[in-house]
Amino acid sequence: MVILFSVICTVPLFVILIYILKEGITKINWHFLVNLPKPVGETGGGIANALIGSLLIVFFAAVIAIPIGIMGGIYLSENKKSWIATYTRLSVDVLQGTPSIVVGIVIYFWIVKPLSTFSALSGSVALAIMMLPIVVRSTEETLKLLPDSLKEAGFALGLPYQKVILRIILPCGFSGVISGVILAVARIAGETAPLLFTAFGNPYFSTNILKPMQSLPLLIFNYATSPYDEWHDLAWGAALILLLWVLLLNIITKIITRKWKIQF
Amino acid sequence: MKLSATKTEISRSSSLLREISSLPRMMNVLKALKIERSNRQIQLEKFFKTSLVLIALGILILVVCFFLTLVVQSMPSIKALGFGFLFGKTWDPVSNVYGTYPFLLGTLLTSFLALIISVPFSFAIAIFLGEYYPRGWFSEFLKNSIELIAAVPSVIYGFWGLFVLVPLVRSLEIKMGVTPYGIGIFTSALILAIMIVPYAASLGREMIRMVPSSLKEAAYSLGATRFEVITAVILPYAKSGLMAGVLLSLGRALGETMAVTMVIGNTSLIPKSIFAPGNTMASVIANEFTEAASSLYLSSLIELGLVLFLVTVVINLIGKRIIKRFTTE
Repeated sequence: MVILFSVICTVPLFVILIYILKEGITKINWHFLVNLPKPVGETGGGIANALIGSLLIVFFAAVIAIPIGIMGGIYLSENKKSWIATYTRLSVDVLQGTPSIVVGIVIYFWIVKPLSTFSALSGSVALAIMMLPIVVRSTEETLKLLPDSLKEAGFALGLPYQKVILRIILPCGFSGVISGVILAVARIAGETAPLLFTAFGNPYFSTNILKPMQSLPLLIFNYATSPYDEWHDLAWGAALILLLWVLLLNIITKIITRKWKIQF
Repeated sequence: MKLSATKTEISRSSSLLREISSLPRMMNVLKALKIERSNRQIQLEKFFKTSLVLIALGILILVVCFFLTLVVQSMPSIKALGFGFLFGKTWDPVSNVYGTYPFLLGTLLTSFLALIISVPFSFAIAIFLGEYYPRGWFSEFLKNSIELIAAVPSVIYGFWGLFVLVPLVRSLEIKMGVTPYGIGIFTSALILAIMIVPYAASLGREMIRMVPSSLKEAAYSLGATRFEVITAVILPYAKSGLMAGVLLSLGRALGETMAVTMVIGNTSLIPKSIFAPGNTMASVIANEFTEAASSLYLSSLIELGLVLFLVTVVINLIGKRIIKRFTTE
């Protein structure tokens, strides 16, 4: 019976994957990828603004979150007992548990209201806050696995602290850190709720990060809940692209973890 | 010949003498360079160490400011509505009446129903992967597909649910004789159940694998069947860890926004039955935030966000505390 229950669990996943593949594959072609969405009632149209918008927002979020996350993880793995480390660990746990829509609300008041415009920058900051706990956690766990003798050897050779960390410890734990980063990027690539009132969506093509920008999950949400069939078709194609992208990132992470496993 | 040799010797030895006499000066120059270099090194080290501390402090301050922003922005509605906010039964923005009891009920109903549906499946997967097949190609395949369930974005679950699950539930409701909405609390609980299975399953699997094999072997040697070993030895030992996994799933289900917004029907009334449409805290924020016209409306939505934040964070922290206690025992 246990076997039956376990196998039933995987059925929905494959049903969803196959259904989206079936619905979306007929909608994707070159026009789909390079055109803008057309007004309702006209066929054709594509999702170019959402693709570029998603790429830009995720890129800026990664640029903000990766250095801060890795440095935070290094600090947490180096000091285990100081009060700053305990409370920072607690706050990283709190951040990991916050619902994504609450993050959107807070960034609305921090960035959207002062700039008095929706912007891709605020969306990037919101997504960076969501990425931060994952990167910090995975860096800390990876660096905790490394033996102390590496660090002591570096110090014994007379290397300064930053060289020991950045040139010895971090490259050793590279696979764990990179897999955490790629997992975090895969997670935020599909997030909609923080972008609902920060990046807000844009029917036109825009690369200005201080103006609203469309993003792939936002497009899927808005078009799927609309009553127009052409928009539903666009949403199916976009859903397939998003799904393939997220699955690709997860598979890359698994390959990296397996090939460059940290073994001591 | 000998004279010229001695002359070069003398010149060489005199130049050497000059160099030797200037050696203390060179030593000083070298020492000064070395001190300067090591000063710079020490400065860089200090800079790096302080920037590490500053970044950690920054993360701490970020989370504190998070909480403060939520509290400050919901102050108008806390002052105006007080505790009746949580127990009022009508949410009517047009006449400025804000009672969030329907949303609390909707959130609790969907999350707990999803938990009830998903817990047997999560436990089954945890036992299967932890005890029956800890290694092997099938276990790898199952583990990867369960983790893939967690990786799929929630809008895609909502989208699929809206177009595939809702007609199915609608035909089920027609057969049952209930009003065939299709959307509603039951459908969103189903989709939530699919989404939260991986959290309890992977955590439970780790907990079950940590049961010491000496206990299991002792039970087997006394003649217990596999089922008896599972129910009498493994499950009681890993009980707290499994509870923590369930709590983490609950925390995820409470905060889930997008998939629920798409299939719950967005009716701000107390749901009449499980098959009726309703609303959850997260979905009402998602739907009405950008259309909140008055400041009281906006701040009551933010107070809702504050309540959601507190509840989810408390549940997640309790779950993580239990896991930490279990893994360091």
